[in-house]
Amino acid sequence: MEITKQDVEKVALLARLRVTEDEKAVFATQLSQILTHVAQLSQYETAGIEPTTTVMGQVNVFRDDVVRPPLPVEKALANAPEREGSGFEVPKILEER
Amino acid sequence: MALHKLSLCDLQEKFTAGEVSAVEIVRAYVLRISQVESKVRAYVNQAQDSAFTQADALDRQLKSWRKTKPLMGMPFAIKDNICTEGVPTTCSSRMLQQFVPPYDATVIAKLREQGYLLLGKTNLDEFAMGSSTENSAVGPSRNPWDFHRVPGGSSGGSAAAVAADECVAALGSDTGGSIRQPAAFCGVVGLKPTYGRVSRYGLVAFASSLDQIGPITKDVRDAACVLSVLAGHDSLDSTSAGVPVPDYMKALVKKDLKKLRVGVPREFFAEGLDLEVDHAVKAAVEELKALGGEIKDIQLPRTDAAVAVYYVLATAEASSNLARFDGVKFGLRANETKDLLDLYMKTRQEGFGPEIKRRIMLGTYVLSAGYYDAYYGKAQAVRTLICQDFDAAFKEVDLIVTPATPTPAFKLGEKSEDPLQMYLSDIFTISVNLAGLPAIALPCGFSKGGLPISLQLIGRPFEEGTILRAAHAYEQATEWHLKRPVIR
Repeated sequence: MEITKQDVEKVALLARLRVTEDEKAVFATQLSQILTHVAQLSQYETAGIEPTTTVMGQVNVFRDDVVRPPLPVEKALANAPEREGSGFEVPKILEER
Repeated sequence: MALHKLSLCDLQEKFTAGEVSAVEIVRAYVLRISQVESKVRAYVNQAQDSAFTQADALDRQLKSWRKTKPLMGMPFAIKDNICTEGVPTTCSSRMLQQFVPPYDATVIAKLREQGYLLLGKTNLDEFAMGSSTENSAVGPSRNPWDFHRVPGGSSGGSAAAVAADECVAALGSDTGGSIRQPAAFCGVVGLKPTYGRVSRYGLVAFASSLDQIGPITKDVRDAACVLSVLAGHDSLDSTSAGVPVPDYMKALVKKDLKKLRVGVPREFFAEGLDLEVDHAVKAAVEELKALGGEIKDIQLPRTDAAVAVYYVLATAEASSNLARFDGVKFGLRANETKDLLDLYMKTRQEGFGPEIKRRIMLGTYVLSAGYYDAYYGKAQAVRTLICQDFDAAFKEVDLIVTPATPTPAFKLGEKSEDPLQMYLSDIFTISVNLAGLPAIALPCGFSKGGLPISLQLIGRPFEEGTILRAAHAYEQATEWHLKRPVIR
């Protein structure tokens, strides 16, 4: 499996990672090697085999719908890189028109 | 005997009898750490002041009311991807360099309830991704048996701390071998419980269908003791199992393997296995036979696929789990960004190390449109085949014995430039996570160069008691676990 620098750029954007030109070249080579190893999976016949998503078979675990004490606002904000009042501060998302 | 050399159960006995105080215990460990830590570098953050405060409080309390719990006064080291309220939890990453958790992981709450003592947080491969601790943002820990070699990973700091007597026991996490492989490299005991046996609430998630927390200890009895405290259902972890917790200490009463069928999978003794490891593990199999085990040749034919399946599924899950590190709510935020997208991309560029980026990229790729079925879907299906192999084997046998690692500890730098070779070093531990089984690594010999060699015992789901019994019987019949590295 050959991964190109263009593939790396595309995936990096999907993953929200900025990568340098040098990293693009290195990742292209390394990801190609790893995916070549992964390609051996094609030798295993899996027609009709159910995919495993979780091993112990739990589905839809619910708890009682009761109010419990939440994390206090000050504690939740203690690690905020930037805050304003009782909220996380982020750059503007919507453009003015 | 110096306090730091005692096993947890022996130290606990002295503490319960009132022969030593909690403050004396902390003092002994703080002294030990001051002697060896600059060479071993197991810890990323020490909590000595608060350990003394806690110990002092315990001693005062016990003066009027001498009733102890199994882990009371016991000094622990905790892998730094397990949240400790008020104590930094960095995952050995720049991303979380300043992060102080606002709550305790459930396992920490359980240890606190026991009155344990936190000595510090231990080094790991960043976000638990690696097999050597070389991916740590603060640099690698060293193998106490040979400082030129890796302690294994990702729980390398925890394993090194136990081996170097810098704590009495430690917690690690295991996604593809991250408890067992470092325990094996450092010549200590590492137990990965069944998926769902121990709550993961407060463990910084790497690959949620695989991650488990477990103990790293000086011997098997200690592992049983710590597991008894950690195990159990937790409503805060939706993958936590409602299976009753047996008394694991009781499993150790039978000091033999009578009526136990022990499977030896031929695929684990194939090409690539170091000769000294091969000999040591085969000698251990003979010992298990001498202890009454019925040895059977078995097959796990899809073993070769495990590494490939793992690196598709684990990276896919990681790419999703690590999306939360976006510079908004906690952790690093990059400076001087022009908009939200730039904030995400620059923060993640600066916060993550190369291995994290590599795995996020790989995981994103195998989940992306056009490749999902070929990689992610295929790997999930082959995972089913691997589970089927174990199901079939466990109809024939009660436990499975394998080498824990293909070689003893490798040299620092030996594999760090070649990710695929690094991944392949986990070949014997990974399939256990894919099938969600419990497994324990324990010492079974030494190489000519003086490096520990370990075997792995794998059990049926929720049969930790069986592998602990067999491991304990083996340990009682041998003396490997009594050897400790001489640190100069």
